[in-house]
Amino acid sequence: MSQVTATPEVEIPAIPVAQLAPWAAFVFLVAAIVLFFISADQGAVSIPSGTAIHEWVHDGRHLLGFPCH
Amino acid sequence: MTPRNFLVRGLLAGFIASLFSFAVAYTVGEPQVDAAIAVEEANAAAPADATAEHSDGHSHSHADEDAEAGGTEVSREKQSTLGLATGILTVGTALGGVIGLASAFAVGRIGRLRPSQSTALVALVGYVSFSLVPFLKYPANPPAVGSGDTIGDRTLYYFIVQGIAILAAIVAVLVARRLLDRIGTYRTVLATAGGYLVVVIVMALAMPTVNELGDFPADTLWYFRLASLLTNVTLWAGIGIVLVGLIGRLYEQESVKAARRELAASL
Ligand SMILES: [Zn+2]
Repeated sequence: MSQVTATPEVEIPAIPVAQLAPWAAFVFLVAAIVLFFISADQGAVSIPSGTAIHEWVHDGRHLLGFPCH
Repeated sequence: MTPRNFLVRGLLAGFIASLFSFAVAYTVGEPQVDAAIAVEEANAAAPADATAEHSDGHSHSHADEDAEAGGTEVSREKQSTLGLATGILTVGTALGGVIGLASAFAVGRIGRLRPSQSTALVALVGYVSFSLVPFLKYPANPPAVGSGDTIGDRTLYYFIVQGIAILAAIVAVLVARRLLDRIGTYRTVLATAGGYLVVVIVMALAMPTVNELGDFPADTLWYFRLASLLTNVTLWAGIGIVLVGLIGRLYEQESVKAARRELAASL
């Protein structure tokens, strides 16, 4: 019952963490910034003041489920 | 298989999934956003105090305010087409990249799952922790629901729930890795999924409840939330399906190459 799933004959090689870390740091940072602008900026907090970004992505913010107003 | 392989495929999967997600959001979601804005306008038009409350909290584009603000706002037509597309495409592509790299971490590290299988697991766990758990605690709200005075708190709550849900999911996967060899797949899944459920439920009970619905029509609310759920499910399922396909193919190609190299070396 327990060990029947997914048993390929060969061991799958993992990608070393040292090789992954710089990519991960960069991509997670960029994604966090992008998500911040789409999901929260100029609503709860305002880094460039004004409402241009908020208004432009407004419907996406609501339909993706982020708190908007 | 390199991090770059995974990132490129993740971004591509995110972009493709976003197109489907946008189609769902536009056809299923936008009519409900319009209905909600009609409610908002009707409320704003009636009593004077409601208008005052609205204007200090949060600017929100609808026809009346557009006119008052002198045309700097984005029109409803743009919000519901290009604006909606911008939001979903950027979020979807960014998420695709993150899931791609998370899958690169998972390959070869979770039991004996093949790369396509560990990628599917990452997408599933990602959906539950990033999207489903926050939605169940703080469901999506249409325009006209929610007071401008509490937007700061509500945003904070939402990201706390999301953050804890993601952290707990990562811990659950790390624990599962260690348990797999000792107690087998079935019991590992039971134990870690059960543990995750307990953590998430306790957190949801501890976090404050937000209810600012007032007399907003129940049917519009339900259809809007359903549309939001479908938009996110489409996005995540799309990313998962496309990325699993791409990673499966990548692994096949690399295996064939490796086999050929071996053959060449043996000659
Ligand atoms: Zn809004």
